[in-house]
Amino acid sequence: MLRFVVRRLLLLVPILIGLSLLLFTWVRALPGGPAQALLGERATPAAVAELERLYGFDRPVIEQYFAYMGRVLQGDLGVSTTTRQPVTDELVRLFPATIELASFALVLAVGLGIPLGYLAARRHLTWVDSSAVLASLIGVTIPVFFLGFILKYVFSVQLGILPSSGRQDPRLFSEHPTGFYVLDGLLVGRPDAAWDAFLHLILPAVALATIPLAIIARITRASVLDVVNEDYVRTADAKGLSRSTVRGRHVLRNALLPVITVIGLQIGLLLSGAVLTETVFAFPGIGSFLVDAITNRDFAVVQGFILVIAVIIVVLNLLVDIAYGLVDPRVRASTMTASPSTAAAGGPGA
Amino acid sequence: MRSTVTGHAGGPRPAVDGPLLQVRDLSVRFTRKGRAPVTAVDSVSFEVAAGRSVGIVGESGSGKSVTSLAIMGLLPKRGVDVAGSVTFDGEQLLGMSDDRRRALRGAEMAMVFQDPMSSLNPVVPIGVQVTEVLRRHRDMNKAEARDEAVDLLRRVGIPEAQRRLKDYPHQLSGGMRQRALIAIALACSPRLLVADEPTTALDVTIQAQILDLLRGLIADTGTALVLITHDLGVVAGMCDDVHVMYGGRLVESADRHELFARPEHPYTHGLLASVPRLDSPRGEPLTPIPGSPTLTRPWTTGCAFEPRCTRAQPDCLGSAPLMEVDRGHGVRCRHPYGVPEPVAVVDPNGERA
Amino acid sequence: MPDTPLPDAHDPGATARADATATDAAVPGAPGSAEALASRTATELPPGEAGTSLGREAVRRVVRDPLALFGAFLVLSFVAIAVFAPWIAPFGPNDRVGAVTPTNIPGPSAEFWFGLDSLGRDEFSRVIYGARQSLLVGVVSLLMGASVGIAIGLLAGAFGGWVDAVVMRLTDIMLSIPSLLFAIGIAAVLGRSLLSVMIAIAVVNVPVFIRLLRGSMLAQRNSDYVVAVRSLGVRDRNVVIGHVLPNSMSPVIVQGTLTLATAIIEAAALAFLGLSGTDPAVPEWGRMLAETQRFLASAPHLAFFPGIAIVLAALGFTLLGESMREALDPKYRR
Repeated sequence: MLRFVVRRLLLLVPILIGLSLLLFTWVRALPGGPAQALLGERATPAAVAELERLYGFDRPVIEQYFAYMGRVLQGDLGVSTTTRQPVTDELVRLFPATIELASFALVLAVGLGIPLGYLAARRHLTWVDSSAVLASLIGVTIPVFFLGFILKYVFSVQLGILPSSGRQDPRLFSEHPTGFYVLDGLLVGRPDAAWDAFLHLILPAVALATIPLAIIARITRASVLDVVNEDYVRTADAKGLSRSTVRGRHVLRNALLPVITVIGLQIGLLLSGAVLTETVFAFPGIGSFLVDAITNRDFAVVQGFILVIAVIIVVLNLLVDIAYGLVDPRVRASTMTASPSTAAAGGPGA
Repeated sequence: MRSTVTGHAGGPRPAVDGPLLQVRDLSVRFTRKGRAPVTAVDSVSFEVAAGRSVGIVGESGSGKSVTSLAIMGLLPKRGVDVAGSVTFDGEQLLGMSDDRRRALRGAEMAMVFQDPMSSLNPVVPIGVQVTEVLRRHRDMNKAEARDEAVDLLRRVGIPEAQRRLKDYPHQLSGGMRQRALIAIALACSPRLLVADEPTTALDVTIQAQILDLLRGLIADTGTALVLITHDLGVVAGMCDDVHVMYGGRLVESADRHELFARPEHPYTHGLLASVPRLDSPRGEPLTPIPGSPTLTRPWTTGCAFEPRCTRAQPDCLGSAPLMEVDRGHGVRCRHPYGVPEPVAVVDPNGERA
Repeated sequence: MPDTPLPDAHDPGATARADATATDAAVPGAPGSAEALASRTATELPPGEAGTSLGREAVRRVVRDPLALFGAFLVLSFVAIAVFAPWIAPFGPNDRVGAVTPTNIPGPSAEFWFGLDSLGRDEFSRVIYGARQSLLVGVVSLLMGASVGIAIGLLAGAFGGWVDAVVMRLTDIMLSIPSLLFAIGIAAVLGRSLLSVMIAIAVVNVPVFIRLLRGSMLAQRNSDYVVAVRSLGVRDRNVVIGHVLPNSMSPVIVQGTLTLATAIIEAAALAFLGLSGTDPAVPEWGRMLAETQRFLASAPHLAFFPGIAIVLAALGFTLLGESMREALDPKYRR
């Protein structure tokens, strides 16, 4: 198992280096050159010259890259031209909001997607199945921001039962020690604030969860349909096991394996979807901050945020890979040396 | 066309009233929307007495596997019409409630499948796959089931059974997996074991081991066996009675000695001629059956084997031949080998026998 | 995952198994690809013996599938609307046909089917003209992305070795950045214009096509027919161009159809974020949506119609692409 993890970790290195190279090149490709791009359009020539000297933009490119990597590894992602704050500080300030939103959406997507997909597969070739397939296809094609509009219009404007923007009613004056507002409300003994933060999360989370939910449901359905055809499910039936054992131990345990991988892939989708969702719901997380940064051509922020998001995605995918290895004994075995018991399997049968 | 059951030395169990498994006019039709219905099994009847072993032989596509699945109740409920009657110890299996079926399966009647590679759950340890059937049908607690599982695995010849319990199927060789599947099937000492090509997916050297194992186990436990195979050699070593199946129907039924000594149906003849025999003269060429199993005509228009038959006559068309039973030896053919060919019939082609 | 308790109407395991058993029992010529390929040349086989050609079988399946037909209908309507917009739209996209104030924007009426927009233009006509923009972005970015991706994928698959390794690591890196963020970055470099949106979406799709082509080539490299053709002494380059590439075309067509859907959605998203062209005269669904955010309470129709237009266009390509994939890939058959 350790070898398996180490191998995956080693695969990470070239990807991370490539990522940093890509972003390094990107800043240099921006109109006006890197110093201008990082300082903003209205930067004085003196400031541009100062930054060029500081970051060594006149030095050889290789040297510049290593200097950039050195700064990144020390957690220095530059300074935002709009807020004048270090990009790292902005990230730390805003990330809890996005994580709270994305994890809420992930819970929704997984918690509804798997049962829905399973139900559709159980009802294969009936109207339940067909409508689930159609619904999931619509779910994949509906733009997040359009869905956000509809939700906002129906639940905030028309029905008035859910807040349409922000994370918390400012009149509550609650404190936020961790930045996770629902948690904060509970920590500081303000259940009303926690409930209010939760209500603020519902609409953006539903909008954000729709695409992952649809994808997870489709994969679950396809996977269950695959697995129920397997010989070992027939074996389980032939053993006379109860229907619930056949489904739980033999169908679901196998059918959920590909779903794990797909859930991992959804994390990237959730983070980029957050850009749109947070904009629609004026939800103050890294997504809406990134959009503001683009509008203001605050490229230090854009560069830093994209780097951090990409690294998070790569690392999470690695974790999902490892989790998959834990669940599927075949993957584990294929990357391990033959255990003594495997070697002994040679016996009379081999 | 009842197979000859009486008159032979019975198994270790005392004979019960009537056969253990009685299949009467079993027909299976696959009906799917937008497709022509396909009759896979057509009025098949046979019996298996307690402790006896019966072989069903045929090429792929003959309907033998579907027959076995129909007996076990493992055919899908939708898109499949099953007609006729299958009784187990006098109890009608067709149309039985799912719960009752599941109570019987694994306990009273068990099945061994063709492909041991895919028939074990890849993500569940072998031990669990053995113990779950014990715990389900024999009310054992975890520890009892574990001990029994070790014992079972040992009996089927898996070394270091104790340690194997934690292994996953991919850590076992094909032969070991089939042994594990046999252990699972025999875990509750079923009265009937259905084995569908249990050795086809295995190496030749292991085939013999597995057959020996099966033979020994059913002799010990008095389990009746229905063995589905395409291999007459397997049947010769295992079965008391043999049914040959073609195009969904039985075409010849006899006890083993009778069938191998006096095959009547041209198809059985063909099968025997295409198998190498130890007693045949060295250098004698094997004669394959011409054509492929897909070259079958519907039974409603005559004999399904007619397109491939070397003894075909004009009267083989029109209506299907009946199963003629003589001395307990049934054959569905108008021109069986046992009957001398009518000399008067002149074949216009002059080529057919 | 607890076992979901469901009333047991049937046993799905068994249902699907019926297919396998039925095929095993009697149905000859299941359209597996090799068999289908063989039968296309073996015309002397009796009809029952020959499998149907894979392509024709795929078309037959698509035609029988109501979802696919619905998808094709949406796609055809979308293309027709884009092409014939000037004849369909009752007004020009920039004609100010009615009086509006920020607080009073008329909704749908008999004269203006989708109502008016915030500048007094006919929303219906603008949605119709918007189809042109979406189709243009989709097709151009697809053509750019697919051709570059196919070329690189072919090279990677044909050369193998370190070229392949480098290309694969590069696609790994590109795929690790969420496509929307990637497109945002590219659009930021290129400045705000329709062309930069098209290039951004194209670049995002390049790794997808690289993987597709490379995977297809690797799968075919060891296939019997390539070995056969090679053993006949056909040169590698000719094997690739004459045999491997044509056989990779169906997955490319499927992926292309699906890519059109995502391209339309991504173009709308970029426009929504203000990264597309800035000419307010050009009607663009994504920007129409973005601009109406201010009028959500007073004129929801302004968001509703362009949104529905995006969904229907994307849904059409998705339905068509998914059903083609199912029809072409035996793995997806059910």
